[in-house]
Amino acid sequence: MTPHHRPAREVAIVAFAQSHHRRRTDDLSEVEMVMPVLHDVLRQTGLKASDIGFTCSGSSDYLAGRAFSFTMALDGVGAWPPISESHVETDGAWALYEAWVKLLTGEADTALVYSYGKSSPGSVRDVLTRQLDPYYLAPLWPDSVALAALQAQALVDAGHTDENALAAIAERSRTDAAANPHAQLPGTRPQGEYVVRPLRTGDCPPIGDGVAAVVLAAGDLARELCERPAWIRGMDHRIEAHSLGVRDLTDSPSTRLAAERAGAFDLPHGLKGMGGAPAVDTAELHAPFTSQEVVLAKALGLDASVRINPSGGALAANPVMAAGLIRLGEAAARIHRGASDRALAHATSGPCLQQNLVAVLEGDPRA
Amino acid sequence: MTVTPPPEILHAPLVVEFPFTRSLGPVQSAFLTGLRERTVLGVRTDAGEVLVPPVEYDPATAAELRELVEVGATGTVTTWAWNPEPRAGQPLTTPFAWVLVRLDGADTALLHALDAPGPEAVRTGLRVRIRWAAERSGAITDIACFEPYESGTAAETVPHTGEFDDPVTGIVAPARLDYTYSPGRAQTRYLHALAERRTVGERCPSCAKVYVPPRGACPTCGVATTDQVEVGPRGTVTTYCIVNIKAKNLDIEVPYVYAHIALDGAGLALHGRIAGIPYDEVRMGLRVEPVWSEDGRYPDHYRPTGEPDADYDTYKELL
Repeated sequence: MTPHHRPAREVAIVAFAQSHHRRRTDDLSEVEMVMPVLHDVLRQTGLKASDIGFTCSGSSDYLAGRAFSFTMALDGVGAWPPISESHVETDGAWALYEAWVKLLTGEADTALVYSYGKSSPGSVRDVLTRQLDPYYLAPLWPDSVALAALQAQALVDAGHTDENALAAIAERSRTDAAANPHAQLPGTRPQGEYVVRPLRTGDCPPIGDGVAAVVLAAGDLARELCERPAWIRGMDHRIEAHSLGVRDLTDSPSTRLAAERAGAFDLPHGLKGMGGAPAVDTAELHAPFTSQEVVLAKALGLDASVRINPSGGALAANPVMAAGLIRLGEAAARIHRGASDRALAHATSGPCLQQNLVAVLEGDPRA
Repeated sequence: MTVTPPPEILHAPLVVEFPFTRSLGPVQSAFLTGLRERTVLGVRTDAGEVLVPPVEYDPATAAELRELVEVGATGTVTTWAWNPEPRAGQPLTTPFAWVLVRLDGADTALLHALDAPGPEAVRTGLRVRIRWAAERSGAITDIACFEPYESGTAAETVPHTGEFDDPVTGIVAPARLDYTYSPGRAQTRYLHALAERRTVGERCPSCAKVYVPPRGACPTCGVATTDQVEVGPRGTVTTYCIVNIKAKNLDIEVPYVYAHIALDGAGLALHGRIAGIPYDEVRMGLRVEPVWSEDGRYPDHYRPTGEPDADYDTYKELL
């Protein structure tokens, strides 16, 4: 990899845990839902909460319908003696980014990153309309499926996909999810009726509640905590114009730029790639809708040699605010267990892939 | 100390409703005022593109944009999605198509609804025109929707001052979201016990602190609090304040006293109102007991028990 992209300090994801994602968790408050996952991820490293240098979380008050809802979930961390803590009001992938920067600066050697989404108390399709431009869009209440469907039709019109190809993405994702004990929709299922045409039930993510957590560590400490750390070789996030009518919905230049800045198109051992496909074996893409995988795969130049979403992806479990962090965690876990050497992880936020984060993760070379 | 099976989880409707009041800049003000007057304005960028709906800063260069032009009320669908089940708040109550429409003279597309008999009547490239709302106030909803309009000829853009009589300078965007709140296991247990006029805390298995009301976790140790402990009913005022401002919809005469009360056996103080004693006689260490609300589901307030005041040393750790 070129020195231009090499971070000043080696930082790795050393542990990942997630809940079993479920349609409803009425029996659990947020903290009751979060706590077992925090205990799990810490147990994997042998660290105690008091050993963690920095804690960062991601969630959204609009899912809970209550202000400062993350402070309640923070009870599950164990915040005494006082801890260094931060929160992002978006997907936990961006909390991971903040934690990564904190470790790169040397201000901390370890970080606990977690995020959670409890969509079941409200109607998440309607809730997500509140993140739209409040002058021109939000008063029309265009729900998240409707906006994704506009993007899907643009792809069909441009000849980039069709309904059969979208169904095949759904089928592949949920077949893969059968091996994922955390998935909410494991195994194939009928494509179903149109929700908003051209998207059918099968093209859309499940609505559910869930939690994810990772531990980051720097340098030799990462090697002590994890047999095969998933080194973060680069990470970047980019945003596009908020007005949907300004964007080319069939492309994702922000994803491509983030991937480029994260070093995804560089070859792993010092040679610069020629702007072709990223040299990765695995891509965990945060594509809640089948059509969004088409956009992302095209923007990133992924070919058939790259294993896309072996976890089943967001089509099998999409706890809003955690699904992006899960992509980073799943990619890292695959490196931990030796199923991947170099993986790309992607997270998104906003309508029609408005904001995109890309990380490149690598395992140490194996003998 | 008892461990009982979790009771039936409680539910309650939770409505979050805000009338968001937002001010408009010069371009948005001209655009929304124009809609009220059935005039659609765009803004021209330095590169010569016309953005509709207009913005005040160029999405590509961030340059400030002020050059307004009038575009047509007819246009072309650039992409669409058929919505068979309209949701609350959406522009039409019958099945419709979401559309991005590039109005004649514009280079970008506007999102809105298209009234059409069915998906077979919609396609990318379809010619459409604005159907204006009967009553218009200066909002995006002044466009009721679009409708198919095959016979239109494309209009040219015309420079426009953006000046109108009585310009709209702000919008009120009401938003309502409906939730079903469920408090989880620990708070459900607490609320069920309250309905039986008992106050139940939960003990941390690590530090032994008893939390009232319990939330299911010890925020100090980060572990579940599973052991239930009945506390009170009596307690001690650890600190208090005198409230002099009457809250809206609150039927309590001011001044009144709001206090932190450490129930006997609890590891921290909860808060409640003190009554049954003149407000200026409430003091730290005052011994109090709950007075239950008429429906018996929670303590309405606390009143003095008549016992001697507690020694400071017995509650100083709970301040």
